[in-house]
Amino acid sequence: MRFVALPAPSTARSALVTLAAVVVALLICALIFVVYGVSPLAVYSSMLSGTLGASTGLAEVGRRTIPLLLIGSGLALAFRAQFFNIGAEGQLLLGAVFAAGVALFVPLPGPLVAPAMYVMGALGGGLWAGLAAWLRRLNVNEILSTLMLNYVAVAVVTYLIAGPWKGKDVRGYIYTDNIPASGYLPVVPGTQVHWPTLLLGIAVALGLQWLLTRSTFGYALRVVGENPGAARYAGLNAVGIATAVALITGGAAGLAGAGEVAGIHHRLLEAGQISLGYGFTAVIVAWLARGNPALCLVTAPLMGVILAGGDLLKIDLNMPFRVVDVFSGVILLCLIASEVFVRHRVVWGRA
Amino acid sequence: MTDIIIQALVRALAVGTPLLLASLGAIVNERAGVVNLGMEGVMAVGALAAFAVAASAPDANLWVAVIASMLAGAALCALHALATVMLRANQFVSGLALALLGTGAAGLLGKRFEGAPLFNKVPDWTLGSLTISPFTVVALLLAGVLAFVLSATRFGLTLRSVGENPAAADVLGVNVGLVRVLAVMGGGALGGLAGAFLSLSYRSAWSDNMAGGLGWIAVALVIFVAWQPLRAVAGALFFGFLYYLQFRLQGNSPIPTEVFSAMPFVLVLVVLALAGRRGQAGSAPAGLGRAYVRGER
Repeated sequence: MRFVALPAPSTARSALVTLAAVVVALLICALIFVVYGVSPLAVYSSMLSGTLGASTGLAEVGRRTIPLLLIGSGLALAFRAQFFNIGAEGQLLLGAVFAAGVALFVPLPGPLVAPAMYVMGALGGGLWAGLAAWLRRLNVNEILSTLMLNYVAVAVVTYLIAGPWKGKDVRGYIYTDNIPASGYLPVVPGTQVHWPTLLLGIAVALGLQWLLTRSTFGYALRVVGENPGAARYAGLNAVGIATAVALITGGAAGLAGAGEVAGIHHRLLEAGQISLGYGFTAVIVAWLARGNPALCLVTAPLMGVILAGGDLLKIDLNMPFRVVDVFSGVILLCLIASEVFVRHRVVWGRA
Repeated sequence: MTDIIIQALVRALAVGTPLLLASLGAIVNERAGVVNLGMEGVMAVGALAAFAVAASAPDANLWVAVIASMLAGAALCALHALATVMLRANQFVSGLALALLGTGAAGLLGKRFEGAPLFNKVPDWTLGSLTISPFTVVALLLAGVLAFVLSATRFGLTLRSVGENPAAADVLGVNVGLVRVLAVMGGGALGGLAGAFLSLSYRSAWSDNMAGGLGWIAVALVIFVAWQPLRAVAGALFFGFLYYLQFRLQGNSPIPTEVFSAMPFVLVLVVLALAGRRGQAGSAPAGLGRAYVRGER
């Protein structure tokens, strides 16, 4: 079997291969469910009917789409620049910390609380990713550094909510007091869909798409990602671009963290409750979108179904939430393994 | 005083054992030119496979459980080999997928063993007042063997050539793809063995998140020790000692416990930055991280 490069792969081919990869992934997952001892049909029908088939389920998907959209569009940009930020989880947490911090401890006039939370959230996330960008200058691979920073971020959150920021009104539990009510984001009635963050996510996805395809910075970014040699020859500042990309993706993840605090929880609480692994799932959102931030508008809800579905499986079939990691891992593996079929034709037989 | 030092050393060796085994596995992978970030998942799957065999057949030979862990690790890494070597997928992202899939599948399939005790744990060896796991001895021996194989045997030379200059190896008649696939699976078997140590010897129980980040540290360790098996012994001992300090000082000091739980990860960053500044990254196999396609550079 040989691969023959195609000069200009069509969009249709790309879409078809992506679809096939997802189908193969769902089949592999089905196999794992059989080994686990449940019928894959029960799993998939429970997930689908509970998410897309019910209005409450749809709202749950929407709630999870918000952080995935923000983080995913940022990551799509980062991957185009070959900056493999795997630490969005930690950047989201730091965003939540900064947002909760400003809401809890800085006396601000009511209308300013929510905007301040967004600003500080983006700053916290950006700072955490900026640390990885700085380490990259010291030749530390950003995949490893952002991953390690995830663990550190969890420790930071736990320290704060169990220590100096522990709420006055809570006894056995660890979380902070509630933020002032003026910081609560409005939601679609009867749901936890905080629409201001959703609008922000749509704006970020479209804005980053514009940045990537229409601006000089985006052009430089794509050259650095696709052909580092040419970028160096053209005198492009690859280090500066990597830093900017880190700040943008980290900032977007930080916004997602601020949204979770201001829109849903209204306080800082344990890391595992703030995020359901949004940072990792967003990697798949970005990869499914094949590096186009705007396409995350489609792929984020898709992965939102998987995250919301994981919750349903916990209730309906008593499965551990780890099932989400199985979905994520298999889909990601199938996606990247299928990529060669987008750009190549397969020829059977020897050369 | 000497008692305390020896005690610390023994504990450091114990935590260092899975780190060492997984790093050796990653070294085998990376010397052949394939980055494998999935060790966290490989360890989890190995731990589960070993525990499942040992718990469901208490009179079975524990060797069977150990072999099951290595087969499971190799099988998971076969997916990595398929994706990266044959289908030329991005090695870094594939490793990430492997970590997710491995920890996820182990957590899912291991649910039925949650809280189940293990009656046939691998017995420790006692030397006077000291106890040491056979896994630790095996890990140390393997480090020596791997160092010898890499530097002094024809097989080691082939492995290294495939990682350093696959095109040259190909011209000399080496089947680059096959060597890489075997190296990835062999490294996976070592990662699985690291997991078996956790579930059969170190904790002798099954719980979700068995590897607890050790797999990631092992991957980072490989860069720090410049892809040298013998240096990996020192590196694993160092991080093992850190974990020992974490348990020792927790609750006995005014420093909050979260500082200790974050410490190994912060130290990995410091250590990687130091290695990077010394130009250690330059000692990576030259073909590392890139798929080999005949006729392309």
